Amino acid sequence: MNLHEHQAKTLFKSYSLPTSNFFVAEKYEQAKELARKLNVSKWVVKAQVHAGGRGKAGGVEIVDNLDDVEAFAKKWLGKNLITYQTDKEGQPVSSILIEECTEILSEFYLGVVVDRSSKSIVVMASPQGGVNIEEVAEKTPENIYKASVKIDQGPSKDDALSLAKGLNLNKNQTEQFIKIFKNLTKLFIEKDLALVEINPLVIDENQNLKCLDGKISVDSNALFRQEDMKSLRDTSQEELRELKASEWDLNYVSLDGEIGCMVNGAGLAMATMDIIEISGGFPANFLDVGGGVNQKSVAEAFKIILSDDNVKVILINIFGGIVKCDVVAEGIISAVKEVGVNIPIVVRLKGNNADVAQSMLTDSELNIVFDSDLSNAAEKAVELSR
Amino acid sequence: MSILINDNTIAICQGFTGSQATMHCEQAINYGTNIVGGVTPGKSGENHLDRPVFGSVEEAIEVTNANTTIIFVPARFCKDSINEALDAGIKLIIVITEGIPTLDMLSLKTKADMLEAVIIGPNCPGLITPGSCKLGIMPADIHMKGKIGIVSRSGTLTYEAVDQTTKIGLGQSSCVGIGGDPIPGSSFIDILKLFESDAETEGIVMVGEIGGSAEEEAAAYIKENVTKPVVAYIAGVSAPAGKRMGHAGAIISGGKGTAKEKYLALEDAGVTTVKSPALIGVSILDLLNS
Repeated sequence: MNLHEHQAKTLFKSYSLPTSNFFVAEKYEQAKELARKLNVSKWVVKAQVHAGGRGKAGGVEIVDNLDDVEAFAKKWLGKNLITYQTDKEGQPVSSILIEECTEILSEFYLGVVVDRSSKSIVVMASPQGGVNIEEVAEKTPENIYKASVKIDQGPSKDDALSLAKGLNLNKNQTEQFIKIFKNLTKLFIEKDLALVEINPLVIDENQNLKCLDGKISVDSNALFRQEDMKSLRDTSQEELRELKASEWDLNYVSLDGEIGCMVNGAGLAMATMDIIEISGGFPANFLDVGGGVNQKSVAEAFKIILSDDNVKVILINIFGGIVKCDVVAEGIISAVKEVGVNIPIVVRLKGNNADVAQSMLTDSELNIVFDSDLSNAAEKAVELSR
Repeated sequence: MSILINDNTIAICQGFTGSQATMHCEQAINYGTNIVGGVTPGKSGENHLDRPVFGSVEEAIEVTNANTTIIFVPARFCKDSINEALDAGIKLIIVITEGIPTLDMLSLKTKADMLEAVIIGPNCPGLITPGSCKLGIMPADIHMKGKIGIVSRSGTLTYEAVDQTTKIGLGQSSCVGIGGDPIPGSSFIDILKLFESDAETEGIVMVGEIGGSAEEEAAAYIKENVTKPVVAYIAGVSAPAGKRMGHAGAIISGGKGTAKEKYLALEDAGVTTVKSPALIGVSILDLLNS
């Protein structure tokens, strides 16, 4: 679950991480007054959406008069911001961050993630800040400094020092960095984060370190014990069908193709997409209906798939293990009748009672093609999508 | 022979009286698995599936000598359950539960390593040694005792591999679902190591997916240490970057963890790869015959 920049910065403040003073405007009429309260003559105004790439899309500006603050707020509030990370619809802007403008002497990158290989929390710092860190990792990996934090031991001062050295900080800044390092890892652990990025962390005009941007992603699995994080979820930033699916505990990811997929199991769902591509077609979605396939979940899955106008055919791929294939077939037939599916459906059922399921589907006189072979089923779906 | 579980396994189930646990334990018992009881706090002294329910893992071990546990406890209580099993001295802990916070697994994994205990999962279908012992949620009847070791991050894709190796007449020595989470209790390498030294296993099927670098690490391990033929399939060639594909661990982030990179690493290690999961069975058969 992702947070907005202003939510991240509010968290930073509560963990004593240095940020600029800022206010958040939700109505453009508030913008001038809030900017005035900052008591400065230059502001940075930033549209609040989850996606990155806001600057290049016009969602971030530096302004030096109150009218321009207002104009920016008026321009973006209620509109969608489209960046290279969003789909063509973009994400809705429902708040604007207004903060004092900081003169930047140097820019760094600072981030914390869970590293799967070393099974530890890894803090990464780079003297190349303000740019895409993935590019830095690709082109100049020697410019990324890493420190492992063992969850049972917590952060060590030595680790902080080694990163500070990589950033070439002076004595005073090093002291500040040690505190940032300690508090950032504390925040990461206490709030069950999956990712926190400060890009850039800067040296300001007073030679002090400051967090100028903040990106936080919370471990969705931990929300049961992070009530305050859970309350920060902004569903307006989520893709509509993905949101709808999550309400029914279905795992759905929207894609660009024409073949709607309904599969049990995440691995098999990915594999189904792969086979469609091997057969020359394009999947419209990833959809894992989970282990307990029943009429209700199948019906909801149909509704979500059909709400995508690009879908021309649906490929259902179920491995009937614990759930018998005839039970799944019954669920499919009832759901098709309930929802009123009027595009062709290709069904591949494998496992227990697949033969019974086949005759049920064939006898149903619905627009359903059955094939127990995965490759054949995918090829048929691709043909029907043309 | 087989790996991890066999006729000597004495298992208990934590979360024994829940509906999922009940269904799957009943099937496991019918399969011949030696499940000797279970743990549900507050239900100590009751009987369930004709077996005793204990209040704690420690108590269960005292009475039954259990050496293995399978856990169906809800995610929010799972850390405590795994800790309890570790503290009581259980050396094989199978966690079916999905949705355990990543940081919980970081500390549990550290502790398990220290105690030299093995955790399988979480978010996995469990494991089976066909004809002997089933501790998981997989459908029993697609399996056949045989010579292929299967290790996979995905449940239903494991069943695909099982089904194909059964139909083709090879059967399986043991099948292990290591689970779809970012921090699994056991890695591909841990399981490959066991299959390599298992006399009954003649060939290995490895099913990976996008996200992380466990497959690349496995490739490097195979190159140096595995002499048995390996067939690998990686799910998610068509998956977009930055999107979580169902499993918590299945995400391409920062351009890393793509299926392409994994395939390259495995091919470089001399592993036979298949681009379609439908070809797993025939490929391992070809490899064994050549």
